[in-house]
This record gives sequence, C-alpha cells and structure tokens, in this order.
Amino acid sequence: MSTLEIKDLQVQVQTEDGPKEILKGVTLTIKDGETHAIMGPNGSGKSTTAYSIAGHPKYTVTGGEVLLDGENVLEMSVDERARAGLFLAMQYPVEVPGVSMSNFLRTAKTALDGEAPKLRTWVKDVNGALDRMKLDTAFSSRSVNEGFSGGEKKRAEIAQLDLLDPKFAILDEIDSGLDIDALKVVSDGINAYAAREGKGLLLITHYTRILRYVKPDVVHVFVDGRIAESGGPELADELEANGYEKYVSTPAAGV
Amino acid sequence: MTVTETAESAVSSALEQSRVESHLNPPASYDLADHPVPTGREEVWRFTPLKRLRGILDGAASTADLVREATLPEGVTLSAISAAEALALGELAPNERPAALAAANADGALLLDVPAEAVVTEPVVIRLSGSSVDDLVWGRLLYRIGAHAEVTIVLVHSGSARYCAISSFLVGDGAKVNVLSLQDWDDDAVHLGRDAIRVGRDASVKHTSVSFGGDLVRMHANVEYAGPGGEAELLGLYFADEGQHLEHRLFADHNAPKTKSHVVYKGALQGKGAHTVWIGNVLIRKVAEGIETYEENRNLVLTDGCQADSVPNLEIETGEIEGAGHASATARFDDEQLFYLRSRGVSEKEAQRLVVHGFFNDLIRKVDIALVEDQLLATVEAELAKNVLKDDA
Repeated sequence: MSTLEIKDLQVQVQTEDGPKEILKGVTLTIKDGETHAIMGPNGSGKSTTAYSIAGHPKYTVTGGEVLLDGENVLEMSVDERARAGLFLAMQYPVEVPGVSMSNFLRTAKTALDGEAPKLRTWVKDVNGALDRMKLDTAFSSRSVNEGFSGGEKKRAEIAQLDLLDPKFAILDEIDSGLDIDALKVVSDGINAYAAREGKGLLLITHYTRILRYVKPDVVHVFVDGRIAESGGPELADELEANGYEKYVSTPAAGV
Repeated sequence: MTVTETAESAVSSALEQSRVESHLNPPASYDLADHPVPTGREEVWRFTPLKRLRGILDGAASTADLVREATLPEGVTLSAISAAEALALGELAPNERPAALAAANADGALLLDVPAEAVVTEPVVIRLSGSSVDDLVWGRLLYRIGAHAEVTIVLVHSGSARYCAISSFLVGDGAKVNVLSLQDWDDDAVHLGRDAIRVGRDASVKHTSVSFGGDLVRMHANVEYAGPGGEAELLGLYFADEGQHLEHRLFADHNAPKTKSHVVYKGALQGKGAHTVWIGNVLIRKVAEGIETYEENRNLVLTDGCQADSVPNLEIETGEIEGAGHASATARFDDEQLFYLRSRGVSEKEAQRLVVHGFFNDLIRKVDIALVEDQLLATVEAELAKNVLKDDA
C-alpha cells in the first residue's frame, strides 16, 4: 500500500513586490490505485502544488507537510524525491542541448534503480516506450526535448513515465497544446501506467477534455490556493457544463 | 541554458554606421617598429595581463626549442627552411608584436608540405613539448597544402615553456583542411600563438583551437581568402581553471566575394580568477559581395569569481551580403535544466555533469577528428572533477 498525503500545504513565491502566498493550505490524500484530478482557473495554485511537491527551488513551503508512505518529502532534495518514487511530468519540459534522450534516460534509470539497466532489454524497453507514444525510435538519439514540438515533448514525458515507473505521478497540464490524436495517445499511456499495480496519479488540468479519456476517481476544484470543492467524476461533468464561474465569483466559499 | 543574446545584428542596421578605421586589426608588418611594446591600454591588449607574459614582449633572443615529435603519413613532409624561404612561400605577415617577434627571433622556420591532390587519410600529428617555463621559445611554422589536397593536422602543445609562435596555413584552391591546435600545457606555461589561414579559391578549412592548460594562453585565428568560394569554419573550446587566463582572438577578413566564415567558440570557467576572453572580429570588405558570416561565443560559468569577456565586432563595407550575424552569451547553470534532470532522480552533480558535457558535445562532434575526440571528452571530464564533481563541492 502506498499513500501520498498532502497536509495543509502552504507555499510562497518571491515576486518583485515581496513574497506572495500561492497555496493557502491544501490537504488531499492519494492512495495507490487512485487517480485524482485537480482542476481550477489560471492562478489557482494547481501547478504550484505540483512543483512544490517535486521540490522546485522557486517555491518556498511555509507550512504543512507532504508525506510519501509516511516519509517527509519536503525534507528531501529534488532527486531524492524522485528516487523515493515521485515523478512530475511538466507542462513545459526543459530542453537540454547536447544530452541525448538515451543517455538521459539511462542515467535516470540508473539513478532510480541504483544500478545500470541491462543493455539488451533496456534498448528494447526504450524503443517500446517511444513506440507506444508514437515517437520514432530516432528520438533516443536526439537531445533532450530540443527541437521537439509541443506534442512531442508531452509524449516524451509519458514515455519517461512508462520507463521510469514511479510510485506516484503528478502530471501538470499534460493535455495542454495537444490535438485530439495526440491526446488519445497520451491518455492511453497514462491509463496503461495507472493500471499497473500500486500506482497513484495526480492529474492537473485546466480543461475537462482529457477526463473523457483518463477517468478520475476524485476531482478537486482549486480556487485561490485552496481546494474549493472535492467530489467524484461527476464534478468534472458539472465543471464542463458550468465552468469555474460559481467558484471564482464566490471565492469565500473555499474550505 | 538560459542565454542573453546580445547584438543579434541585422546587416541592414549595421549599414547605417559610418566607416571606422579598423583599429582592431592593425596592418600587418614584419617591422617591429610598427608593433611597439604595449602599455596594456591598447584595444588589442586591454584584456591581457601583460606582467604574466613574463617578458616575452621584450623579445630577447633565445635558442631554446620545444621537443618535437611528428607522425607524418606518406607524402607529407616536414622540413626546416630559412626565413627568406618562408617569405617567398607567402607567409602571412604578423599583425601584432608577438607574431612579429616570433618571425624576427625564430631560427628559420618549419615547413609542413602536403602536395597538391594528395588525399591523406591518416591525420598528421605534431607534438610539441617544453620542459620548463624558464625556456623562451620562438616558433615559426608554415603549412603548405596543395590544391585539391585533403588533410587533417593535429598540433598538440604540452609541458611548459614561454612559447611565442607565428603560424601560416597556405591552403591551395579546392583543398580541404581540418586543423586542430590543442593547448594542453602545464599550469605555468605561457603561450602566444598566431595562426593565420589563407583560404584558396573554393577551398574549405576547419580550424579548431582547444585550450585547457597554461597560466596564460592567447591565441589568434585569422582567416583571409585568396579567391572567391572559400569557406572557413573556426571552432574553439576552452576550460579555464582558477587563475588561468585563456584568450582567443578571431579575425575573419572577407576580402573576396562569395566566401564564408562560421565561428563557434565555447568555454567553461571555474575557480577564483579564471578569466577567458573571446574577441570575434569580422571585416567584410567592399569587394566581398555575397559572403556569409556568423560568429558565436558561449560561456558557461561554473563557480563564483570567474570572468568571461566576449566581444563580437562586425565591420561591413558592402551591402551585398548573403548573411551576417553574431551571438554572444555567458550564463551560469540553468536551474530549470538542473531541476528537470534531478526530478528524474539524477543527482545534482550528475545533472551538472550532463549539462556541461551536453554544452561541449555538439562542438566536439563538429571538430570531427576521431583521434582527439575521446581525449577531449576525457579532459572535459577531468576538468569537471576539479570542481563540479568534487566530493565536497
């Protein structure tokens, strides 16, 4: 049994006008086997939640805790968090010129497993993961994300999810900028991962579209740095029909 | 890495500038009176710590020499010639004091001769090594590559010396030449080198300068053209450590139409007082219609206390150009790149290592000399071990 617990998480960022509070106390618990979706208008703190859990230096946690199977994630370095079993698929994957995807993936897998993957099966695994994302195997010799289209970057993120096989995956707007075909490919990849034994998924999205392909067990609505409402998949349907208006116009309704 | 592009200059805007004397590129002359001892305030000397030249500019006579070891494939010869013969062959005259001193003080010259139409598959390798920084060595080298010949030349400097050399590459029409000069000196060496290349009609030349070692290294790579259609690719890689001064000065003189120059220099700096200088001068003369030029310098600053100076200069005297541009960027590690790699479980040091190798990899691949590729990668790795990968770093 695995659990990712986020308890009363409070996060600041530095701005030109001094520190700004983005998360004002977020609490949610994901158990393995569950898919949670976080939805909400721009600026509500969705991405901040994702990057804070992954340990991005831009965000300062001022209160609360994040526990992965009882271990305090916030005391870990970025790479320790990954080795503990967390994975963040980024909205804007970063280009790393001169570093090939294959070198990067092998280095990451070695770091996660504590030993280098077996060469013969590894090449097959990489090619398989790329193939499932409809990426040419030539991608493994290209520099990490360099010159990839927006859609290719997102598919490469899911190929990494497939290969690196974390306990918990946080996907930050993996659906943004994807056409419908790419969205289906990416969704298939997410569902294949979620179907594995003992995996938990936190899917952050602005749109309900992806939730037609990736079915959440729980939907949270973020407004102004807090969870304004949580519910089942029907909450996504309601958002699709009515948008965020009711939350935005009554921000005081937050928990 | 995050880069701040400076002066990605469009030709049209540069054309509005009035004509300026090319003070950056003093006229060539063998007469030492034309190259007075610098005070350090001159534009061409202002970045160089003159004291650390350890008296080279005084131009004392010396009979010291470097130990030379050459691997010469069949058909290629290396021989001693007189100063008069060097001039007769068309040596490219010195355009600064050290080169003029080298021409004046060297005992004759060395000529590497590659006959016309020779296709030399194995690289020519010349290893020069010194034994003490107390030795002052004057060097004068000529490389004559015949028309339509193809050759790769690797020059390796190691050990220690105060070495001041003038080198001329006379590249025949239609020839293809790949030259690499590796400055792999001991910590105390001082090296002033001027490589000048005359590119024949329709010839293509790749020249790479790699500087790792030495207390002070100041290298010129100058290109001019003997006719239209010539192409020059000038590459450079340097890694400056604590207290090191590594300076690379480029000059592409587009004196013929339909010629090309492409410059890419990349450097990394680490440790207190590490100083690199890159000067990229390009002159497009009135006659040089339809030319293309691009120059780029990128520096990666790995620790505090380093200084990277980077100055691209473009002087344009004709409007009929295919393309001209330059870029210069100096940056530290990009937090976003490191975060991305670390979010996949890669440790901070390993992430930095990947980024630095990535930074240099493209360039090393461009150099395209199998003989030195592993050595360059290994040296980058060894340099990284000094700071980035150090256990207590």
